Amino acid sequence: MSARTTHTLRSMSVTHGTGAARAALRTIVAPLLLVVALLGAWELYADLGSTSSFVLPAPHAVASALWENAGFLAANLAKTAEEVALGLLLALALGFALAVLVHLSSPLRRAVYPLAVGSQAIPIAVIAPLLVFWWGFGVLPKLAVIVLICFFPVLVTTVDALGAIDRDQLKLLRTLDASRWQAFRFAELPAALPAALSGARIALAIGVIGAYIAESQTATSGAHAGLGHEINADLTALQTPRAYAAAVVLFALAVACFYALALAERTLAPWAQRSRGETP
Amino acid sequence: MAPSHAREQAVCVREVERTFADRRGAHVQALAGVSLRAERGELLAVVGPSGCGKTTLLELICGLQAPQAGSLDCVPAVLMPQHDLLLPWLSAIDNAALALRIAHVPRSQARGRAAALFAELGLAGFEDSRPHELSGGMRQRVAFVRTLLSGKPLLCLDEPFGALDALTRAEMQEWLAQALAREPRTVALVTHDVEEAVLLADRVVVLSPRPGRVVEQLEVGLPRPRRRTDAAVVALRERALDALALGRSAAS
Repeated sequence: MSARTTHTLRSMSVTHGTGAARAALRTIVAPLLLVVALLGAWELYADLGSTSSFVLPAPHAVASALWENAGFLAANLAKTAEEVALGLLLALALGFALAVLVHLSSPLRRAVYPLAVGSQAIPIAVIAPLLVFWWGFGVLPKLAVIVLICFFPVLVTTVDALGAIDRDQLKLLRTLDASRWQAFRFAELPAALPAALSGARIALAIGVIGAYIAESQTATSGAHAGLGHEINADLTALQTPRAYAAAVVLFALAVACFYALALAERTLAPWAQRSRGETP
Repeated sequence: MAPSHAREQAVCVREVERTFADRRGAHVQALAGVSLRAERGELLAVVGPSGCGKTTLLELICGLQAPQAGSLDCVPAVLMPQHDLLLPWLSAIDNAALALRIAHVPRSQARGRAAALFAELGLAGFEDSRPHELSGGMRQRVAFVRTLLSGKPLLCLDEPFGALDALTRAEMQEWLAQALAREPRTVALVTHDVEEAVLLADRVVVLSPRPGRVVEQLEVGLPRPRRRTDAAVVALRERALDALALGRSAAS
């Protein structure tokens, strides 16, 4: 009992006495330690294990591939990041628009929802040739794939948020003589906005892998065809370290987009933050 | 509505019945032949135990529901629900001005009119606060200003202070009495607090447990401001409590 008390007091004095700098340090220490530990284990396994470097390159080899191919990777990243960002924006718009339609009309809900769910089961390889037939080797078929994969989480979170609005709120608005459109504009739309952005954050996690799938399935012409395309080419050419370096860049892209969306949510809908607590 | 009368009726409810189907499809009668009336400028309090159809009655008066039998003749009414339901993304003043924005009043003009009421009703300085920064009592005040600014002659207050602690509630009762003295309206106040009804109302209607019917109507007729310790207030409170007990024993 007394030992626990002392411990609590000490940890309290640490947080109080040292200020913001150490608090900030403490927030990055845990993720940093985890990354270092994972990299260390990977390095040991790659160096001491029996895997070939064509199958699993060591982190130092990936790091040097990253360094030597920085320009090449950056050019491909630009392509992929463009696809992810545009695709996500379009998915956000489409998911939100569909959610509003589904919310306002129950016949539409019955008609659209099963199709939306089913669309998530379509293997991209099945429709990829059609997308290429329509739009060729440019960015459009890739966007179509990313939008198809990403609109769904936005649709679901937004429909749920629109449905969760207090019925008394709508009664109150009716006695204030609000039209259906005004009830939507004053109460429902602002309530749905943060939900749509949360949906976009979920969508993002699958959106980056969606970009890889899109690039793999719909061939691209040109020197810098995107990271997904590059990874496939490198794996075929046994340039495994560079493929891994590209995967690391995709990893960073996903993390960066996630935090960008969290920031957008905090800026556009600060009220939603308070009810939900801190965003990671 | 009926300008030929000597004093205008703001609320006239005649033999109103309302029945709901519950989740299993069974019929639940909320109101069984309720009749009551309020004259323009009167504060009518409706007291009754939980679930006696008080909220249903207000929603009927506001035109949010229709009765299955009986008739209602009411001036345009606005609802103030028990929970303030302030919109978290709007400041206090924008919340208060909501009805004006709905009526297509330009934003600056709407805010100006709300600000005038804020100053008059002791809310000055809180214009730009967000709802989450306000106490429960302050939030109800803002919600009341929003109700006033609807411009409707009849305010339907559904347990406006039900969610507040006892001290804040007493403070809010006083505030409401002062606010209505400055901004006179016809008010239908639903409450389960008999004392609140006697302190604030011109007329108290006591409802029985479900299905709600009128057990007694008390004319208060006491000068304002009233204190809860005044002998006449205490006597009326006892009469209303007796009526409540009578309604309960008749129902069981």
